[in-house]
Amino acid sequence: MAATIHSEESDTAAPARKAGRHTLLDAQGLTKRFGDILANDQVDLVINKGEIHALLGENGAGKSTLVKMFYGSLEPDGGKVLWEGSRVSIDNPAAARDLGIGMVFQHFSLFEALTVVENIALALPNPGKMSDLSRRIESVSRDYGLPLDPSDIVADLPVGIRQRIEIVRCLLQEPQLIIMDEPTSVLTPQEADQLFLTLQRLASEGCAVLYISHRLEEVKRICHHATILRHGQVVRECDPTKETPASLASMMVGADVASVSAGATNPNIGEVRLGLKNLSAKAATPFATSLNNISLDLRAGEVVAIAGVAGNGQGELFDAVSGETTLSAQMVQLDGIPCGNRGVTWRRRQNAAFVPEERLGHGAVPGMKLSQNLVLTRHGTGDGLARGGFVSVARAGDMEKRIKQNFDVRMSHDDPEARSLSGGNLQKFVVGRELDRKPGVLVVNQPTWGVDAGAAALIRQALIDLARSGSAVLVISQDLDEIFEIADRIAVISRGHLSAAEPARDMTRERVGLLMAGGAEVQGEVA
Amino acid sequence: MRVELIKRKEQSRKMALLSPLIAIGLTALSAAIIFAISGHNPLLGLYKFFIEPLTQQWSLEATIDKATPLVLIACGLSVCYLSNNWNIGAEGQFIVGALFGSVLPIMFPDFETSATLPLMLVFGAVGGALWALIPAVLKTRFNTNEILTSLMLVYVASLILDYLVRGPWRDPGGYNFPESRLFSDAATLPDIFGGAMSLSTPITFLVAIILAIMLGKTMKGFEIRVMGESPRAGSFAGFSARRLTLFAFALAGALAGLAGTMEVSGALNQLLPTISPGYGFTAIIVAFLGRLNPIGIIVAGFVLALSYIGGEAVQSSLGVSNKIASVIQGLLLFYVLACDTLILYKIRIVSRRASSGEVSHV
Repeated sequence: MAATIHSEESDTAAPARKAGRHTLLDAQGLTKRFGDILANDQVDLVINKGEIHALLGENGAGKSTLVKMFYGSLEPDGGKVLWEGSRVSIDNPAAARDLGIGMVFQHFSLFEALTVVENIALALPNPGKMSDLSRRIESVSRDYGLPLDPSDIVADLPVGIRQRIEIVRCLLQEPQLIIMDEPTSVLTPQEADQLFLTLQRLASEGCAVLYISHRLEEVKRICHHATILRHGQVVRECDPTKETPASLASMMVGADVASVSAGATNPNIGEVRLGLKNLSAKAATPFATSLNNISLDLRAGEVVAIAGVAGNGQGELFDAVSGETTLSAQMVQLDGIPCGNRGVTWRRRQNAAFVPEERLGHGAVPGMKLSQNLVLTRHGTGDGLARGGFVSVARAGDMEKRIKQNFDVRMSHDDPEARSLSGGNLQKFVVGRELDRKPGVLVVNQPTWGVDAGAAALIRQALIDLARSGSAVLVISQDLDEIFEIADRIAVISRGHLSAAEPARDMTRERVGLLMAGGAEVQGEVA
Repeated sequence: MRVELIKRKEQSRKMALLSPLIAIGLTALSAAIIFAISGHNPLLGLYKFFIEPLTQQWSLEATIDKATPLVLIACGLSVCYLSNNWNIGAEGQFIVGALFGSVLPIMFPDFETSATLPLMLVFGAVGGALWALIPAVLKTRFNTNEILTSLMLVYVASLILDYLVRGPWRDPGGYNFPESRLFSDAATLPDIFGGAMSLSTPITFLVAIILAIMLGKTMKGFEIRVMGESPRAGSFAGFSARRLTLFAFALAGALAGLAGTMEVSGALNQLLPTISPGYGFTAIIVAFLGRLNPIGIIVAGFVLALSYIGGEAVQSSLGVSNKIASVIQGLLLFYVLACDTLILYKIRIVSRRASSGEVSHV
C-alpha cells in the first residue's frame, strides 16, 4: 500500500494505522475512476471514534471524491468500507445518514426565503411537528454553543450563522461521523474559533470528524491525525500537531512550495492610479449587498488587499470598479480621470484590467476556445484582435500560445475550450490574459480561489511583480494567509462598508477579524 | 440495464455535423411507420414524399420557391437564437413586412417607377423590424418573456392582414373577394434564369453569405455568440445585452419582413387573407436543423421545403392528408433537438445499478 511505502520516507510520519478497537470507519482499497482519470486509487483510511481527522491534498487530489463515497453520493468502483467492523454498502445519502454519517457542505443548500426551522424540517426524514422541532433546534444549538433562532429567515442571516444551520441540521440526526468540507472558508477568525470549540466538544463526546481544509494552521491546531492525498493516492499519514504548516504543505504538493517573496515594501509608492470616492450603490436584488460610501486610494507600486467574509459586497464592489455596473462619474477615478459612468471597455483602454471571481461563465465563456476567450477582454485594447470589425484569429492564436507559455497553462491539446481546463490552469490563463498587457491598474477578485498550491504561488508572485514594476494592484480575497503574504495595505469589507486601508505590517489577524465581524461597518460610518 | 448520459469535456465536432443527419434518418423512419399505420406501403410513401419531388423540374423549382423564404427567415432567426433571444414570432414579422411592402402597390397603384420595387423591399424590411422590436422593447424595458409576446403578436398580425384584405384594401374590381388588387409590373419581383427562379432566391443567397461572414469573422458575430452562451461573460467583455436584443430582433424582423414582401410581390402578386403556409414557424426548424449557421440553413431550408412539396405529392398520389407535412416537420425539430444532446453528452449503457458523476445532495 502506498502509505506503508511512504512511511519510510521520514521518521515523523506515523505508519499507516491499522483498524483497532476504537475504529469507526475503515476504508480499504477504495478506488473511483472517472473516464481516464483515477480520482481515488486504492485509498485506505481509518477513522477512530472521537478523533478529528484531517484530509489534506491539493485541488484535484481526490478529497471530495473520497468523502462523497462515504456519504453515498458516489459509488466506489473498487474496495470496501467497514463501519464498526462490519462491511457496509453506502448506496445513497439516506443510507449514510442511517449509519450515522452526516455531512456539512462547502456550499450550503439552504432556501433563503424560508426560516431556519423550515429549512431543517426539509432535510429531515421525519421532522415531526414544527413547534417540537423548533424546541429541539434551540436546545441542541445552545448545547453546542451554536445559538440559533429557529424562526429567523435565512436570507437575513450572515454566512457564519447559515453554516450553523447546516451543522445543527447534521447534529439533530445524532451522527457518529461528521464530514466537513472546508468549513472555515466562509468564516471570520472569531467564528472559526467558535466552530473549533464545537468540534472539540463533539470529539470529546466520541463523535468523529473528518475535516477537509486548505488552512494548514487550523489543521495543526485542532486535528489529531491527518491523511494526505496526492493524485488520488494516500501518500502520507501524520500527526499534524507535530508538523509545521510548511511541512504539511510540502507533503501535499510533493515538493517544497515556492515561497512568495514580497520583498521589502516598495519605497517608490507613486501617484494614485485608482481612486474610489464615496462609492455607493443600492443593492440590485433583495439578496445582493448595497455599497456604502466606499473610499480608497490605490497607488502605483503597491498591492492593496480587501479582506472580508464572502457575500459582504465583494462582487458588487468588483462590478462597480470594473464598470459592469456604472455609477456617477466621480465615484471611480482612473489616473485622476472620473469614469464611474464609463463601461468596462473604456476602463480597459485606460490601461486597467480586471479578473473576476468566477472563472467560468464570467471571466471566460465555457464553450469557447482559449484564443476566443482572449478576444473577450482584449478586443478593445489595441492589440489588433479586432480590426475594422473583424476578429483576427491568427493574432489571437499567437497570443494564446504566448500566455500559455509565460504562465505555464497546461492543456491536453492546443487551444481547448475553456471548460475543459482544470480550475488552476484556467485561473492561470485568466490572470495571464490580463498580466500579458502589463496593466497600470489590476483588480483581482479571489485570485487563487480553488487553485492548487503551485498555481497559487505563481499567481501571487506575478501580482507582486506587477506592483513592483510600477502598477497598482487591488486584490479582493477571503484568504487571510494570501492577504498577509502579498498585501502592502489591508482594508476590510463588511456588509458593504470598507474600513480604511492600513499598512499590512500594523495589522494582525485579530484586528482583521474584528473588522470582518462588523468593525469595518462602524468605521465606515464614522469615516 | 440503464442508459446514462455522460458529459463530454468539450463539444463533439463530429456530432455537431452528424446530429441533423441522424435526425433526418429518424424522421424518415417515423414517417414510414405513419405511412404503414395509415395503410400505405411505407417505402412508396417515403419515395413519393422525399424522392419524387427531386426528379422533376417543376417540383424542383417549386421546392426552391418554398425554400427561399424559409432560408431568409431562418437566417435572421439564427442571430436571435445564437444570442439567446427566443423570437418565435417570425410569422407575424413576415406578415407585417408584407403589409408594409404592399402599401405602395395598393394605396398608390399609379406610382410605377424603377424605384417602386426597391422602395417596397425597404418598406417590408422596416415593417418587419418594427414589429419584431415590440417584443424586444418589452423584454428589455419590462423583462417580459419574448417567447410569449412574439408568438402572440403573430395572431395580431394575421388578424390585421385579414381585416385589411376584407376591408379597406379589398380590390374595388374584385367582386367582393377578400383579396387586394394585383400588383403592377413595376411592383412585381421579376423571375430570372428564364423563369426558373424568382429574384428573391439570389437575394436570399447573398444575405445568407453576408450573415455567415458576419457570424464567423466579425466582432458582432463574436458578441452574438458570447452573449448567447454566457451573458455574464458578455457584460464583462463590455457588450450590452439590451442593445444586442434590440439588434437581433430588428435584424430577424427585417429579414422576415423582406421575405414577406418578396413573397407577395413575387409569388402571389397580391395580398390574400393567408399569405404564408406557416413559413415563420417552419423557419424555426430550418434554423435549428441548419445548426444556426447560414450555410447549413440553406441546406436545411431545401429539406423543409421538400416536405411541403412532398406533402402535396402524397396527398395527390396516395390520398394521405397533406397535414402529414406538418407532422413530419414537427418530428424533425423534435429529433434535431434530441440529437443535439449528443454534442455535449455521450451515451453509456450500464448493465447494473451503478452511479457515477455528480449525484445531487439535499
